[in-house]
Amino acid sequence: MDNPRPAVRAWRRQFHGVYVIAKKDAVLYYFQPPVLIYGMLLPAFFFAAFVMARGLDAVQAVPAIIAITLCFAASAVSPMVTPWERRSKTYERLISSPVSQTAIVLGDTVAGAVFGLALAGVALMLGLVFSDVHVARPGLLAGALLLSGSCFGGLGVLLSAPPTRNPSQIMMLSNLVRLPMVFISGVLLPLAEMPHWSRPFVVISPLSYCSDLVRTAFGAKPYFGVWVDFAALALFSIVFIFIAHFFHRRGRAKAL
Amino acid sequence: MNEETVIEARSLVRRYDKLVAVDNVSFEVYRGEIFGFLGPNGAGKTTTVRMLTGVIAPTGGTALVDGHDVVKEAIASRERLGIVPEEGNVYVDMSIWQNIMLMAELHGIARRRRRRRAEELLELFGLADRRRHKGRMLSKGLRQRLMLSMAMVSDPEILFLDEPTSGLDVASARLIREVIIHDSRERGATVFLTTHNIAEADEISSRVAIIDKGHLAAVDTPEVLRASVEASRSVEVTFASGGLDPEAIAGIVGVEKVKPLTRGLRIYTRKPGRVAQEVACLARETGAGIVTLATCEPSLEDVFLHLTGGAARDGGKPDG
Repeated sequence: MDNPRPAVRAWRRQFHGVYVIAKKDAVLYYFQPPVLIYGMLLPAFFFAAFVMARGLDAVQAVPAIIAITLCFAASAVSPMVTPWERRSKTYERLISSPVSQTAIVLGDTVAGAVFGLALAGVALMLGLVFSDVHVARPGLLAGALLLSGSCFGGLGVLLSAPPTRNPSQIMMLSNLVRLPMVFISGVLLPLAEMPHWSRPFVVISPLSYCSDLVRTAFGAKPYFGVWVDFAALALFSIVFIFIAHFFHRRGRAKAL
Repeated sequence: MNEETVIEARSLVRRYDKLVAVDNVSFEVYRGEIFGFLGPNGAGKTTTVRMLTGVIAPTGGTALVDGHDVVKEAIASRERLGIVPEEGNVYVDMSIWQNIMLMAELHGIARRRRRRRAEELLELFGLADRRRHKGRMLSKGLRQRLMLSMAMVSDPEILFLDEPTSGLDVASARLIREVIIHDSRERGATVFLTTHNIAEADEISSRVAIIDKGHLAAVDTPEVLRASVEASRSVEVTFASGGLDPEAIAGIVGVEKVKPLTRGLRIYTRKPGRVAQEVACLARETGAGIVTLATCEPSLEDVFLHLTGGAARDGGKPDG
């Protein structure tokens, strides 16, 4: 490389941009009612209803609530951010700043992941305090949560890609995707006990791999295998972020 | 010409399906100047600004900001810009201070420098006492001051201001104009000013471009543009009582049109000095008492209406 300094400086600026965007999202959107409702209350009520109906024991219930919370919370932030910013005309300010589209997408992903991890952490603490379950493999659990958080954060950014100024449209779309995921991912029912017709759907849901890893961290036997789970989550993360970047870039001038 | 070009639009085109919003627009903006960009609603002003600031990509042509292509070197070109977009888009749930800090951080301004500059701007725009006020609590005037603070916190080489004084009270508009002029003179910042307010463009711009239906109609200094519309030169005369017969005035050599006013006449001519003398003589001969007699040059508004196909205004701005 002839002169690496400008390139290094440019990379540092964009990484800083990711941090600034994520911080802005956290300050502005974490406590917005739609984020709290769709990211926290909905999975909580959904889970409670399922537990009451089926009478899940703690060994099954705690990993399930952690996985659902992480999925819903991490993917709830971005569907709020982009359409809201288009509506309030602040999106133009962001895209005319010296921060790349990649940094904006990654910043939104990080914001979603951090929100998901925080709420999944609360679910974990409550599970450990109010039940007799214990984490058999803490390192595995930490890795699973981190990778799943970025995966669901990326999913949220992808769902926010349609160029609209109406957050409710994106929220509706995101629930259309996320709610069926709960049923096909073996969260509330071990994957091995799922009906045969549902098996093809299991493999196309990132929540299946997250749920499998979290269960494994709590001492269960993995369904897919730990490395398969990690590889699948990494692949979903890359694909979600890549496609999200493509569509956000393509639609950046629309709905301004 | 020894001016250094900092913004260069070369045959810029922007299409939206079949609609051509900007069609083959070319111009240059020189370092340190205030460049007024005028046009009626829907003329293509905001689309041009959005292309120059990298918000939308041109369908055709190129644009350079400080030598950087706005598409191929988007980040490098945007690093040099401070932008006040057309609509009031501050973060309404953030305080004034947080809004300014956010823009400074997006521009990568170091903590100490951004805090010092923000303090200066808060004082300059009279926002220091309201630094904790949320964006939603601000009036339009205060919001616009905040937007300008956000644009200036990085000390940009180039300021893009899209209708910065539109709909503001007189005091806020005046303050913003003064700051723009001061920033250009003291810091050498280049200002690209889009405005509907022709008097404002005339007052503060060193050069003006007029765009209409996506086409650039003219680019020059306000003086040269005004001189180009000779037909709008006139003589305005008012009388204490009575007055002169418009028919008699129409008979003076060089008079093209006579228009009655409430207490006088407006006389259109390409030779206002000579016609004014003739009117004074005629008034003396007939005993008509003249109260005021002034030659009027065409205003930038006349130029604007002339170039954009609008109806000619009644007259120009009196210069005498």
